[in-house]
Amino acid sequence: MADVTLQNLIKTFDTVEAVRGIDLRIPNNEFVVLVGPSGCGKSTVLRMVAGLEEVTSGDIRIGDTRVNDVPPKDRNIAMVFQNYALYPHMTVAQNMSFGLRLRKVAKSEIRDKVQRAADILGIAELLDRRPRELSGGQRQRVAMGRAIVRDPEVFLFDEPLSNLDAKLRGQMRIEIQRLHQQLRTTTIYVTHDQVEAMTLADRVVVMNAGRIEQAGIPDEVYHRPRTRFVAGFMGSPAMNFLDCQLTEENGRTVARLAAGPALPLPAEQAARVRSYTGRKLVAGLRPENIREAASHDGTNSSGVPHDISIDIVEPLGRETIVYFRLGDATLCARVGTEVHPRAGEQTSLVFHPDRLHLIDPETDLVL
Amino acid sequence: MTAIPFATAPSLRSNRRWALIAAYACLGIFVIFFLFPPYYMLVTSLKTNAEIAELASNPWIVTDGVTFGHYEHLLTESSFPRFFLNTTIVTVIVVAITMVISVLAAYSLARLRFWGSGVLATGVFLTYLVPDTLLFIPLFKIVGWLGLLDTYWSLILVYPTLTVPFCTWIMIGYFGSIPRELDEAALIDGANHLQMLLKVFIPVALPGLIAATIFAFTVSWANFLYPLAYIYSESEMVLTVGTVTTLIKGDVFHWGGLMAGALLAAAPPVILYAFLMDYYIAGLTSGATKG
Ligand SMILES: Nc1ncnc2c1ncn2[C@@H]1O[C@H](COP(=O)(O)OP(=O)(O)OP(=O)(O)O)[C@@H](O)[C@H]1O
Ligand SMILES: [Mg+2]
Repeated sequence: MADVTLQNLIKTFDTVEAVRGIDLRIPNNEFVVLVGPSGCGKSTVLRMVAGLEEVTSGDIRIGDTRVNDVPPKDRNIAMVFQNYALYPHMTVAQNMSFGLRLRKVAKSEIRDKVQRAADILGIAELLDRRPRELSGGQRQRVAMGRAIVRDPEVFLFDEPLSNLDAKLRGQMRIEIQRLHQQLRTTTIYVTHDQVEAMTLADRVVVMNAGRIEQAGIPDEVYHRPRTRFVAGFMGSPAMNFLDCQLTEENGRTVARLAAGPALPLPAEQAARVRSYTGRKLVAGLRPENIREAASHDGTNSSGVPHDISIDIVEPLGRETIVYFRLGDATLCARVGTEVHPRAGEQTSLVFHPDRLHLIDPETDLVL
Repeated sequence: MTAIPFATAPSLRSNRRWALIAAYACLGIFVIFFLFPPYYMLVTSLKTNAEIAELASNPWIVTDGVTFGHYEHLLTESSFPRFFLNTTIVTVIVVAITMVISVLAAYSLARLRFWGSGVLATGVFLTYLVPDTLLFIPLFKIVGWLGLLDTYWSLILVYPTLTVPFCTWIMIGYFGSIPRELDEAALIDGANHLQMLLKVFIPVALPGLIAATIFAFTVSWANFLYPLAYIYSESEMVLTVGTVTTLIKGDVFHWGGLMAGALLAAAPPVILYAFLMDYYIAGLTSGATKG
């Protein structure tokens, strides 16, 4: 087991700057998830840690060793690929033991390790099959088994679940979580699925255009995003953004939304943003903070009702997503199932200012 | 919506029947067309010399009694066994040389990105496009200079110029289709280049390897031009040229012996094809990745 340190890591492919300076310290046992939109450099970072991609500049340390020039096999890492990359001509057992056999580990020890990994992953009865005789989920398990038997100091996962259907993805997510609780191996996990990021991570690292936008525990990244990008990226449906103006009304600091209600800010936030009074800002409000008028849990006490006309309704069973227009912005709200909104209907929704994010449009930083 | 499958089912079925009938008809014609020469060879090889010479006899069937005399003569009193042995030696060595060179070349051209590898890969293929009818004269010089004229070692030297480019090209294609993650997984598992080649690439690209082997085998077994040009002594001759030169004496054609020899010479490739075809067709690469 070891911690992993990335220092000012940069990777340039010919003309493309894929990674533009990553600083990250991953303590021993931590499960770190790199998330970000396609092409932001997540895989490139992971592949540099694995040694599959040369580092343009910066340092990678695993434990106390600088591994920039150490070949992949000597880095004591194991990687699980998006498309599994199983050896098609080998059985499951052979796939899992290939690395150990190349390292000339004793036969009996190999057998024990393979058996143990197979038991952990529930693939003991598949050991003699070949990859083409397995389902996607089983192949995924074998790929993880191949990583486990090596007993590496670091696990690297590159979108391991993205080829599975939604249900299986949910199951495997739980298994990966259980696996980490059991093995406590330092893990770097790449995904663009934010549910995976939120559920698996000890720490989420949100990347954009080759840089880290924010790194923190899932809760922090979700509730206290540092930048507009993070605010918009985390959460589904995505956060609503609309122009607003900060004004002082009756001694309270109020965010007046364009074509929308005026939301009085909580005292603590008001103190932080007072200097922006009179300025045009961007307000970010998550769909769950725009609710139906009469909510059973009584959280509406602090909300500001506003009349809107419903555009589109998406009933999801547990909740209903409502899209509506405010000025020329389309906003999204999550309402409970007790109300049955219909498209075209006029209704009143309640805006909750207690989780309002105010963003300076010049710096895109959340205030 | 549900009515559509019912409506199309019968027409689909009759469509399929007609497709099958057409396919079998075409295949039937094809088979007759291509099996006719071997059949003619077989029939002729079993006839007595007298029947072959008799113009009035029916050429399609044996009427005067079956004889194995031509085979006997060929195998016991002629140099045919010598030719067969020489051909086998040449072919086995050429196939071995070809596969070693082209597998190594294909691996490096497909995976070790080095300066000029793309150009080199194209160059390899272009050399294959130069016809051997053009090459055999300059190669004659080289073979003569090496003192290999009139020995089958000249063929062992020369055949790879025909087989290596094409086999390399086939193998580049197969190796190129192996997903890169497989190399990367093997790299992390601790394989060096040789282990990667032997334990991952060759097994995964086995169908390609077999295709290339069949090609190299066929070329070196059946080439006519080079042995004709470079070999003159009966003891060094291979099947193709040997059979023809020893069984055609001036304008006297020993048809029975010629046909028997040709049939025996054609047997090894046929047997090889029959054994390797299944491997060749089986797609071993499926299941490597998400598939
Ligand atoms: N081998 C390469 N050669 C040139 N450019 C590359 C190479 N690999 C990646 N890139 C570029 O580097 C950038 C980052 O790629 P990377 O694969 O790390 O993205 P990612 O965040 O993993 O995206 P995704 O979610 O789509 O997998 C992209 O712009 C990509 O085009
Ligand atoms: Mg990627």
